Amino acid sequence: MNTIWRKKSMRALAAAALAAALVGAASAAEAVKLAFIGPLTGSNSAHGLGGRNSAELAVKLHNAKPNTKYKFELVSLDDECKPNVGVQVATRAAADKNISVVIPHYCSAVAVATVDVYTRFNAPVIVWAAVHPDIIYKRKTREMHRVSATLINQNKVAAQFLTGDQKYRKWAAIYDTTDYGKSMFSYFEKFLKETPGQMVGAFGVGADQQDFNAELTKIKELNPEVIYFAGLTPLGVRVLNQMSRLGVNAQFQGTSGIVGEAFVKGAGPLAEGTVAMYDNPPVEKLPKGKFFVTEYAKQNYNETFEAYGPYAFAATMLAIETVEKVGPDRARILDALANVKDYDSIVGKITFDDHGQNVNTATTRYVVQDGKWIDWDDSEYKTGKRKLKGH
Amino acid sequence: MDIGYIGQHAWNGVMLGVIYAMVAVGFTLFFGVLDVIKFSHGDVLTLGSFAGLATFLGLQRMGQVPPLLQLGLVFAVSIGAMAILGALIARYLVLRLRSAPAFITLLVTLMIGTVIRESIRLFYPNGSNPQPFPKLLPTQSWSWGGFTVRVDTLILVAAGLGIIFLVHLLINRSRLGLAIRAVAQDGETAQVMGINFRWVVLATFGLGSGLAAMAGLMNGLYYSEVHFGNGTMLAVIGFSAAVIGGLGNIYGAILGGFLFAAIQIVTVVALPLPSAYKDVIAFCMVIVLLAIKPTGLIGEKTSERV
Repeated sequence: MNTIWRKKSMRALAAAALAAALVGAASAAEAVKLAFIGPLTGSNSAHGLGGRNSAELAVKLHNAKPNTKYKFELVSLDDECKPNVGVQVATRAAADKNISVVIPHYCSAVAVATVDVYTRFNAPVIVWAAVHPDIIYKRKTREMHRVSATLINQNKVAAQFLTGDQKYRKWAAIYDTTDYGKSMFSYFEKFLKETPGQMVGAFGVGADQQDFNAELTKIKELNPEVIYFAGLTPLGVRVLNQMSRLGVNAQFQGTSGIVGEAFVKGAGPLAEGTVAMYDNPPVEKLPKGKFFVTEYAKQNYNETFEAYGPYAFAATMLAIETVEKVGPDRARILDALANVKDYDSIVGKITFDDHGQNVNTATTRYVVQDGKWIDWDDSEYKTGKRKLKGH
Repeated sequence: MDIGYIGQHAWNGVMLGVIYAMVAVGFTLFFGVLDVIKFSHGDVLTLGSFAGLATFLGLQRMGQVPPLLQLGLVFAVSIGAMAILGALIARYLVLRLRSAPAFITLLVTLMIGTVIRESIRLFYPNGSNPQPFPKLLPTQSWSWGGFTVRVDTLILVAAGLGIIFLVHLLINRSRLGLAIRAVAQDGETAQVMGINFRWVVLATFGLGSGLAAMAGLMNGLYYSEVHFGNGTMLAVIGFSAAVIGGLGNIYGAILGGFLFAAIQIVTVVALPLPSAYKDVIAFCMVIVLLAIKPTGLIGEKTSERV
């Protein structure tokens, strides 16, 4: 009788221990998943990897803290800056209920295509870089939010600055025919009309076009003072190289897509004097910027954080802190994200408007000086020691 | 339009034509000698430009090397390596499949091309991004009105035309050229006449691949950039150019290359469409030309004597 009892109790004990272990393991492994999507391969990978590293940094820093309710895990997905691939990975992230927040997209062309995917699965989304207005404003959604600015303001500032302060009057435009380039160009053209500046010619080019001799020869004929380039870094480097080959001596004006180390590395000395607008002051100048820069450096990543890394960090931190407050349930997160006001992040205070767009933008003028993008106000171009083309 | 700008467009066309002609000559040589369409040609071109880039970076690491020597070594390594690769592909793939239907060789070379392209993308550090190509040639430029010529473009065009001329001399004035032409005309009879068939084929493939490497380097120097996908479009254009000129005829290939470039330039200048359409129009013209003259503009009229 005793032996049977003992056997039974041993079995019961073993079962209880196993159950306890399993429950213990489950609660210890209760990591909340966040998805990061960006161009991790392909010609914009410098930006994608910089953003991914920054997002990972946010997760690492949070997980290192001892008394947090949740630990986080970052799932990074590659959209290759291609809309068709982007839709696939977006579906993967949005359909997975274990992923609480999706932090997607550098490329606007991809982001515009994936909005419907996220809304269909009710996935909370905080866009970290893509600037196209339609991502947020085409229709009102609960799901879409963006910490980076839209491309509208940078074009307004550009038009006013270059026609006012720099007194340029004649423009020609080269824009890529994706949603990004087309939208950039249409807004710039609109704002240019409100100034004495004039657009004498505009050329749409394929996003992976190699040869620009035809467009540039035609532009040479039109003789503009400034070339407005609305496209991403690889295209910008090519255009600049071929401008130099054909002897087109206009001032080169880019958009936020070329702001970053990849452009100055690719274009080399030809990049000197390039002007672009970007919606944040240099990260070192931001209040918590230095913290981000030092922490990033400590991790010894192979890539720099590039222009939009701080935004990726801020978006991830916002996601983390929202989950800490309301838990990993998607519906609750959506409610919380609808009420983000003056959230203090490393890129400044973030307030989402009724569509989910961060309305605190600090559009800053940038110029390339000696191989680095610096704030116009800190440059020798402002003091007059160096001059833009045509002055 | 100012004559200067027309001249500029024409000059752009000449440069493109030289590159296309060099690729087309390669295709035509392979087809002429073995009735083989080697679709890995474009990817050998890309590999050649990457080999040149790697050589340059290696030389940089080694310290100060005089620029002329740098240029020479880059070209030598790239052309030599690709010539050897071309010969190897010939020996171990093309010759082995000689008795199989022609499309098998086409498929196999297409696959080799894909392997080469993807290997570059995967194994070259940061391979999927465009790589800046060093400016190895002087870059002063002269301008007359709307027309600007840069020294390096001039050098590239001259070198390209020179190489094409040398190939012409090789094919028509040398013993190797005689052997190549004999094998192209009738392989079996050539063997009977004592020509070492194997060696001629390997030499032809080596020559064609060396030309591809040269074209790849010129492409890299002209655009200051190389990309693993460069070869794909160039191969299609080069092949089309060779076909419209007359597959098997070197002058046809050269003519086809310049003709293709001319169509592209005229499309861009004359039509109000964005320049992305230049390929569409050019390929449509290829279709039309082939419909009118299927054997190509200087095609050989071959008849099989039974």
